[in-house]
Amino acid sequence: MGLRKPPLRETHASQGASFTEFGGWEMPVEFDSISTEHAAVRESAGLFDVSHMGEIEVSGPDAAALVNRLTTNDVTELDPGDTQYACITDADGTILDDTVVFRLPDDADPRYLFVPNAGHDAEMYTRWVEHRDEWGLDATVQNTTEEWAMLALQGPDAPNLAADVTDGATRDVGRFEATFLDVAGVRSLASRTGYTGEDGFEFLCPWDAAETVWSAFDCQPCGLGARDTLRLEMGFLLSGQDFDPTDEPRTPYEAGVGWTVDLDTTFVGRDALERAEREGVDERFRGVQLLERGVPRHGYEVVDADGDHLGHLTSGTMSPTLGEPIGLGYLAADAAPPGTRVRVVVRGEPKQAKVVSPPFIDK
Amino acid sequence: MSFDIPSDRRYLESHEWTTTDETVRIGITDFAQDELGDVVFVELPDAGSEVTAEEEFGVVESIKAVSDLLSPVSGTVTAVNEDLFDAPELLNQDPYGDGWMLEVDPSDESEFDDLLTAEEYRDNIE
Repeated sequence: MGLRKPPLRETHASQGASFTEFGGWEMPVEFDSISTEHAAVRESAGLFDVSHMGEIEVSGPDAAALVNRLTTNDVTELDPGDTQYACITDADGTILDDTVVFRLPDDADPRYLFVPNAGHDAEMYTRWVEHRDEWGLDATVQNTTEEWAMLALQGPDAPNLAADVTDGATRDVGRFEATFLDVAGVRSLASRTGYTGEDGFEFLCPWDAAETVWSAFDCQPCGLGARDTLRLEMGFLLSGQDFDPTDEPRTPYEAGVGWTVDLDTTFVGRDALERAEREGVDERFRGVQLLERGVPRHGYEVVDADGDHLGHLTSGTMSPTLGEPIGLGYLAADAAPPGTRVRVVVRGEPKQAKVVSPPFIDK
Repeated sequence: MSFDIPSDRRYLESHEWTTTDETVRIGITDFAQDELGDVVFVELPDAGSEVTAEEEFGVVESIKAVSDLLSPVSGTVTAVNEDLFDAPELLNQDPYGDGWMLEVDPSDESEFDDLLTAEEYRDNIE
């Protein structure tokens, strides 16, 4: 199967990007250097093409009921233009994917758009359609992943840059809110969201108009490499790596996103999660900071001073902001709370580390 | 993109270089540092240890990748560039100069003949 390409594939190539496969898409991983791009987002602004993220739209009389029964959070709390982070779980409470649900701003009848991770759009579309049919709900489900490009403008300068090309319209968009507005003349859904820990916007614009929106911003282009180091410093989960139904099956409570679970609603996985919440978790998603030279990586074991197993890492890097090696992973909840001295086994060698509670940086 | 490949040294296909002067220095190529991106960690053997041609002698890590280092020649390590431990970015900035890794006393100088010339290495990466 060939790789799916974002609409700006050739534009990125002409800007010197190198590419990587991610979730079945050929995406820019780096334009200049990860450290340069990372610093731009923390200090000024950076622009990402995240068109590999999926878009599924749900409308019709039972739209709210359908979305509510397949996500852990409560979408009936959303007013038009609100967004909400949620997990999508299976019947045993395992996270299949995490997502942001938008209640679209312009409709009296609730209409939703949610954003599954790269490569999950077809699976989620099928999941929604099958459950709709099984439950006899009246809702229309559309996979519009290849109708929307998604561009993320992130960093402390992002609000000003966004205001400059929207006649100031983005100034009225509050945190975690979304609205339709013109970006350089292109009708787009602008939401004050992101996955870097910085202020900024994500713009959903028509696939064919992505070039106009991309080129409207004069700032550092950024690839998925910097997106990864930025989210890692914040302790944000990466779908398929920090959780994965096959390789890393986790409940929202284990993954540290129990706050997305509203047990007062009825959804697939609810009963299992009610039990999990009552019984507590054996392992919990934590941060580790290495106290010796080395780089923590996905898959590395974490042990105590006696060499006994405490858990393993699912992500890690050299933090560009701190210049310190940091990792994320699942550690014994009782034996390794934040502050615990542990060892991360790097190529057979236990290296001193301490358990911390992310984020690693003050935000 | 054009990479710097000095003609005064020899190369391995796995992107390490060695000088062939009296003092034999080894390191990684401009192409290698560009592929790796921001180098953040280097692990090298201690002076006095032995290295073997085309076998692993250390590890280099960038933000996005981990890569084994293979030695172009066999011999005894006589010096280690310890500056790289605190400033691994020297590998990005000056891979053939300040980014050198080891000095080696070669045990078999005929091994140099097995290595790629600059021209052969360029053909390999282009």
